[in-house]
Amino acid sequence: MEFVVISLLNGITYGLLLFMLSSGLTLIFSMMGILNFAHASFYMLGAYFAYQISTWVGFWPGLLVAPLLVGAVGAAVERYGLRRAHRFGHVAELLFTFGLAFLVEEVVHLIWGKTSVDYKIPVELDGTLFTLFATDFPIYKGFMMLVSVGMLVALYALLTRTRIGLIIQAALTKPDMVEALGHNVPRIFMLVFGGGTALAGLAGVIGGNAFITEPGMAAAVGSIVFVVVVVGGLGSLGGAFVASLLIGCIQTFSIALTISITDVFALIGVTLPEGSQVARLTITQLAPVLPYLLMVAILIFRPRGLMGARES
Amino acid sequence: MKNKFAKHLALGASALLIGGSAFAQVKIAYIDPLSGPFANVGEAGLKGFKEAAEVLVNQKGGIMGQKLEFTGFDNKGSPQETQIQLKAAIDQGFRFVTLGNGSGAAHSLIDAVNKWNARNPDKTVLFFNYAAVDPTLTNEKCSFWHFRFDANTEMKMEAISNFMEKDKKIKKVFIIGQDYAHGHQVAKYTKEMLAKKRKDIKIVGEDLHPIGRVKDFAPYIAKIKASGADTVVTGNWGNDLSLLIKAAKDAGLKARFFTYYAGGLGTPQAMGAAGENLVLQLTEWHMNVPTVSTEKFALDFNKKYPGVWFYYLRVNNMVQMVAQAMNTAKSTDPKAVALALEDMRFKVDTGEVWMRKSDHQAMQPLYISIFSKADGKTVKHDSEGTGYGWKTLATISQRDSQLPTSCIMERP
Repeated sequence: MEFVVISLLNGITYGLLLFMLSSGLTLIFSMMGILNFAHASFYMLGAYFAYQISTWVGFWPGLLVAPLLVGAVGAAVERYGLRRAHRFGHVAELLFTFGLAFLVEEVVHLIWGKTSVDYKIPVELDGTLFTLFATDFPIYKGFMMLVSVGMLVALYALLTRTRIGLIIQAALTKPDMVEALGHNVPRIFMLVFGGGTALAGLAGVIGGNAFITEPGMAAAVGSIVFVVVVVGGLGSLGGAFVASLLIGCIQTFSIALTISITDVFALIGVTLPEGSQVARLTITQLAPVLPYLLMVAILIFRPRGLMGARES
Repeated sequence: MKNKFAKHLALGASALLIGGSAFAQVKIAYIDPLSGPFANVGEAGLKGFKEAAEVLVNQKGGIMGQKLEFTGFDNKGSPQETQIQLKAAIDQGFRFVTLGNGSGAAHSLIDAVNKWNARNPDKTVLFFNYAAVDPTLTNEKCSFWHFRFDANTEMKMEAISNFMEKDKKIKKVFIIGQDYAHGHQVAKYTKEMLAKKRKDIKIVGEDLHPIGRVKDFAPYIAKIKASGADTVVTGNWGNDLSLLIKAAKDAGLKARFFTYYAGGLGTPQAMGAAGENLVLQLTEWHMNVPTVSTEKFALDFNKKYPGVWFYYLRVNNMVQMVAQAMNTAKSTDPKAVALALEDMRFKVDTGEVWMRKSDHQAMQPLYISIFSKADGKTVKHDSEGTGYGWKTLATISQRDSQLPTSCIMERP
């Protein structure tokens, strides 16, 4: 029982961080049709900016300033890079973001070096929030959950309750009509791209010190965010939320299962030949692969994802 | 005016040229991860080698009047990239290579070196291994062209299990490791040796996780907790160990950790006070082993490279032994150096290092120590500025650390 509750908490925490990362990506994709391969790089930039700011003035200003800086960088990338690349079609855009990811990594190498930086959790948040059964739950994890949920609520309110949100939603499906009504659609795109990257930056600010801030952190999460977006349904914020929690829990619980592939097949009455390497693999060892397996299955059986609005 | 400047430039250039040719160097290629998740480990090792070469060899006359120099080659921790970097090093004229991180990379390097030497007997290459601890490298796969300066996993596990044998508080053991040769070996020897020495100990769980890819160890810690283990055995290193212990600290896990590598490279900082009396390590040295000169070397090193803490005594041993082998052989030919290194008995601060001829495995005293509050007496120095340092619990003499080998070496 203790184990199930603790694992559930771990899974939700991880899932919420994933959601923060992928919400920006799904927003950008649904609005602009751009699959931003450099999205995780903005996550990394967020962590490094926050680290740099924390060495000067502490963690709290960084929490606010770093995502804004990342958003500004994102907006500039859209205005001066992507908008030009866009003229040459989707492939050019894709390649542009792909190259950008490498560029950001090299820049991080140059400025902060190839090793990890010492980005620490602030003292106020270092400690135990509550003890469940006999396991401590750190304050910082609670803080991560709080920020993530707060962001979801704010984002939802912004998109459905404000004027700019309504225009963004309209531009999503009928950009020509919105433009005809006198709105500056390219500027809306720039804002959305900047906003989306700022969200990734925020995830970096609070993920960087929870785990580790190093130049490989972008590559480490780069592929999993695409899994979230595909599973949730391209362009669906709610879908991304559900998929994030789902994947967080799948990863956490699959680590807990010590049964092997042989045991799994035995459940459905198939006996595998003994001694083969594959048959002896445990679900724990397969844990890192499971999200990708889920993505492939979703693409085959439900291409629009769990809550996706359209087919592509 | 312009003419004068050009003259100066030409003079300077020729001086540089003469200086360069008069002072040839003995070059060793350091092939290890200098980027990626284990970059911090690779960088610290490279700094250790450079400092050891400078202070322990070059300032004491060098090798037959020449300087010893280490150059970094980034293998990104991957076996494939290791072969590419070896090729690059050979093309640049390197005849000596060293590697430590990852037995996968070490296997790849030993194969490549053997193959190269068989094909190019006049341009052989020698491999000094300072940290890859897979026992097969000095048993089934032993090679004349490979020397290991660290105790292997079998030797380390023998020492740890002897220590565990006497501790009757240990009832349930959980094994966690990185999913590659090294992690598998640690698990295998832990199970074998405990089964022999302490039948009453139960192995309550065994997990292998992808190397360098897990950022949140909380699910693994939850599993260890649920298993009721009082003791965890792990061969993890670098961030994989720091993050594991950080997650254990966050969840308030009170099990004891038996480790190989908790003594450095950021792990002491990750545990802080939470590691007190819970984390143990087996090493060839730590800051509170009484020594004559290493203590000063370490303090100077820590001052010179802020943020990096001196960790590898075996790097110093290796650099000095290699230099002595070259000086005795009066040659920098890999084969002559290898022959001089075989059976060498070298006096170091902790006793004697003996390079066994039959398998090229170094034998040296080992220490089991526990993370304790620095008190200025037995725990004189703290580790990585945490206020906690290592206290020796057991010393394993060089003789006791020796284990038989199955090596049948092919000699050129």
